[in-house]
Amino acid sequence: MSGLAMPKPDAETMRRRAEIVADMRIIVPGEGVVDAANEMRAFESDGLTAYRQLPLVVVLPETVAQVSRVLKYCNERNIRVVPRGSGTSLSGGALPLEDAVLLVMSRFNRILAIDYPNRIVVAQPGVTNLGITTAVEQEGFYYAPDPSSQIACSIGGNVAENSGGVHCLKYGLTANNVLGIEMVLMNGEVVRLGGSHLDQEGYDLLGVMTGSEGLLGVVTEVTVRILKKPETARALLIGFPTSEEGGQCVADIIGAGIIPGGMEMMDRPAIHAAEDFVHAGYPLDVEALLIVELDGPGVEVDHLIGLVEAIAYRNGSTTCRISQSEQERLSFWAGRKAAFPAVGRISPDYYCMDGTIPRKELPRVLAGMRDLSEKYGLGVANVFHAGDGNLHPLILYDANVPGELDKAESFGADILRLCVEVGGVLTGEHGVGVEKRDLMPEMFNQIDLDQQMRVKCAFDPNHLLNPGKVFPQLRRCAELGRMHVHRGQVAFPDIPRF
Amino acid sequence: MTTFTPSSSAETLSTVQWAAAEETPLELLGHGSKRGIGRPLQTEHTLDLSRLTGVTLYEPAELVLSAKAGTPLVEIEQLLTENGQQFAFEPMDYGPLLSGEPGQGSKNGTIGGVLATNLSGPRRLKAGAARDHILGVAAISGRGEAFKSGGRVVKNVTGYDLSKLMANSWGTLAVLTDVTFKVLPAAETEVTLAIRGLLDDAAVAAMALALGSSAEASSAAHLPERIAAKVAGGKHGSDAATLLRVEGFGPSVVYRIEALRKLLGKAGPLEEIAGEASKTIWRDIRDCLPFADGGARPVWRVSMAPSQAHHMVMALRMQVAVDAFYDWQGGLVWLSMREDDPEADLLRGLIRKHGGGHATLVRVSPSHRAALPVFEPQPSHLAALSARLKAEFDPKAILNPGRMA
Repeated sequence: MSGLAMPKPDAETMRRRAEIVADMRIIVPGEGVVDAANEMRAFESDGLTAYRQLPLVVVLPETVAQVSRVLKYCNERNIRVVPRGSGTSLSGGALPLEDAVLLVMSRFNRILAIDYPNRIVVAQPGVTNLGITTAVEQEGFYYAPDPSSQIACSIGGNVAENSGGVHCLKYGLTANNVLGIEMVLMNGEVVRLGGSHLDQEGYDLLGVMTGSEGLLGVVTEVTVRILKKPETARALLIGFPTSEEGGQCVADIIGAGIIPGGMEMMDRPAIHAAEDFVHAGYPLDVEALLIVELDGPGVEVDHLIGLVEAIAYRNGSTTCRISQSEQERLSFWAGRKAAFPAVGRISPDYYCMDGTIPRKELPRVLAGMRDLSEKYGLGVANVFHAGDGNLHPLILYDANVPGELDKAESFGADILRLCVEVGGVLTGEHGVGVEKRDLMPEMFNQIDLDQQMRVKCAFDPNHLLNPGKVFPQLRRCAELGRMHVHRGQVAFPDIPRF
Repeated sequence: MTTFTPSSSAETLSTVQWAAAEETPLELLGHGSKRGIGRPLQTEHTLDLSRLTGVTLYEPAELVLSAKAGTPLVEIEQLLTENGQQFAFEPMDYGPLLSGEPGQGSKNGTIGGVLATNLSGPRRLKAGAARDHILGVAAISGRGEAFKSGGRVVKNVTGYDLSKLMANSWGTLAVLTDVTFKVLPAAETEVTLAIRGLLDDAAVAAMALALGSSAEASSAAHLPERIAAKVAGGKHGSDAATLLRVEGFGPSVVYRIEALRKLLGKAGPLEEIAGEASKTIWRDIRDCLPFADGGARPVWRVSMAPSQAHHMVMALRMQVAVDAFYDWQGGLVWLSMREDDPEADLLRGLIRKHGGGHATLVRVSPSHRAALPVFEPQPSHLAALSARLKAEFDPKAILNPGRMA
């Protein structure tokens, strides 16, 4: 692990491992407890494969009661727990800890209810994102958020990470499409937030749970909104001689009141890598390639394609193709969707970053990245959710060359600092996890971070659930709760009445 | 009794720090447009945020707007309108219902209040509420510490979403000083299709059919007989009206209205209402105008699954006299009790029996208001969690203490 400090394993827990494994077998009988090192190997990392760690024991519960009993047991004995869905996190959110129970939710894999009149699906958290759409597509419905890992990633994991995807500019993130959850707190209590109605009563705990990266509770049921599939979708493939012109085109499309279903940009290295890999017919003589997808009724899509085409032309596009068939639309997307593996072909390894920036800062950030690329001597290719400013630089490196992973990570950290500097954020959709944990102070001061940790204290006062993630430095809840007030310093009645 | 009216974040911070040190509670106030909702407060001091004003950032092409929390909503909406944009969540104005007067100029609510009470409107069904559009906040906790959360970009999962946590917290967690919202283009064209003469169950079925089609209605409401006469000054008559709003680019709206006509042609007589007339209807529904009679009879705002709410209303009618109309495809029920008793236990029991949801007593006489849980009581584990969260933000309970109790 390149310099990442994780919480020190608890000696008492490590010493009692055999007893804990035996107790877990009582709570989750059958095949639900895995403790052999060779069998636990499959769980040693998530999508951030640079980091690996075998857990204390892997537990795969099947019922909410089992989840509750496991958490209660661990809470009472001060044993750490790391929850895991499908293990597709790109930020190490499900990275095991040596002294922690890895709570794998994959056996919660059933759809519990499909309710077309209310347009909701109730699913167990291990159901895949795509599995929800699959369950309702025969009736013409779908679940809108579509992270690129949607074949594998679980809906429970989507809640933990507030997952996005190419459609979220128009259709929102996970947070905007989840109506309710059932979750288990670290003390074993089962709590329901929201449901099949709109707006949770009381505090928006559903909002804060979404994107909390498995630190607040374990999701055991999810209620999502489903949408009717748009009648048609067509795409434009537009090339520009500079990223500035591409960026201005994006701004003008939105300025014209158009919110496309998807709007993606690629830079020259990404275009070339993708074209070499899938032969999508991308133009190779452009600096920026824009895919704009419009969905809805045919008449609307045709109308908007005309508008977007004119905007592209005004912004100096050198090529503009409009999909004339579903096959052609998919071919436009083929290169973009294969961008990551395509980059994987031109470099032994790549490191995927995930900053968000105000869109207008794109040229400045791309220029800054070129400078950094020279400084570190590593290549970088960019794919960009252009509509919402979410940038995915792919840093090219070779893990077999000593020191290159460290270099790539430093390069990545510098890119994220640049994103924050221009008014953006460290992570748009991949999460903080362990990956960006130590960069949190770039965006938040200690008071900001302390207040976030106090939220954690309300849910998990002993810091047992997924510790070592998100926060660079864990502070004890008792310490966080202390008030440092200086009575009389601003004593009434001398206070100015503004 | 002191009223503090800071005009900067720094002045606000020192006021809260003083109150925290003195452990003396503050009532947080913007324009006071929603002051009648929630448990009445009896604090010695008031923190009036209405001078904390000004739009600090507006970049239409980036779809983002930031403002100081006390900025009047009407000012911001005017600015957005000038740029062809809007808050897609369509925040309601409680003025007509609570004070009997529609939008009192620049005093009908602040942008901070919009978030603190998680306002929305008929477009909630498709576009979400304030909580779905907030991007970032700066706030001061009851500990007297200024913190920030989120940012100014749409896609952001950096740290916990404390901005959403401010939504519907009614000033009990922190004092908002700055908010940043996502804004969206306003629709070019708007047409409402009305089906006349339906009873509640047929209306709910028609709305479900419409929303389950690809016509993308952005709102769906049902005004039963007589209630229909109380919107748009009665110009659309008093027959029950089931309303579907279609918004977007001209050709698309024409096409989708036609699709709805085909889908619903057999449900009842159809009528099209376009442009300003359509906007007036939805504004009146948004602001609960049918019950804005200047009186004090109890009015409930109930959120349930769309297919269940009218069953609950029917069961309620077996026992008490109520008037009701529906928004959000039937899932939002506005209930006006004909007698003075809010019948809280009866209503909440029936909601639980019909699939759950929640009821907020938004208008009520002062005596009932002090004696009843205005907000839906929570199950014990959830209530305990909420109380722990409150303590983590406001350990001395100095911010709007008891308002949500």
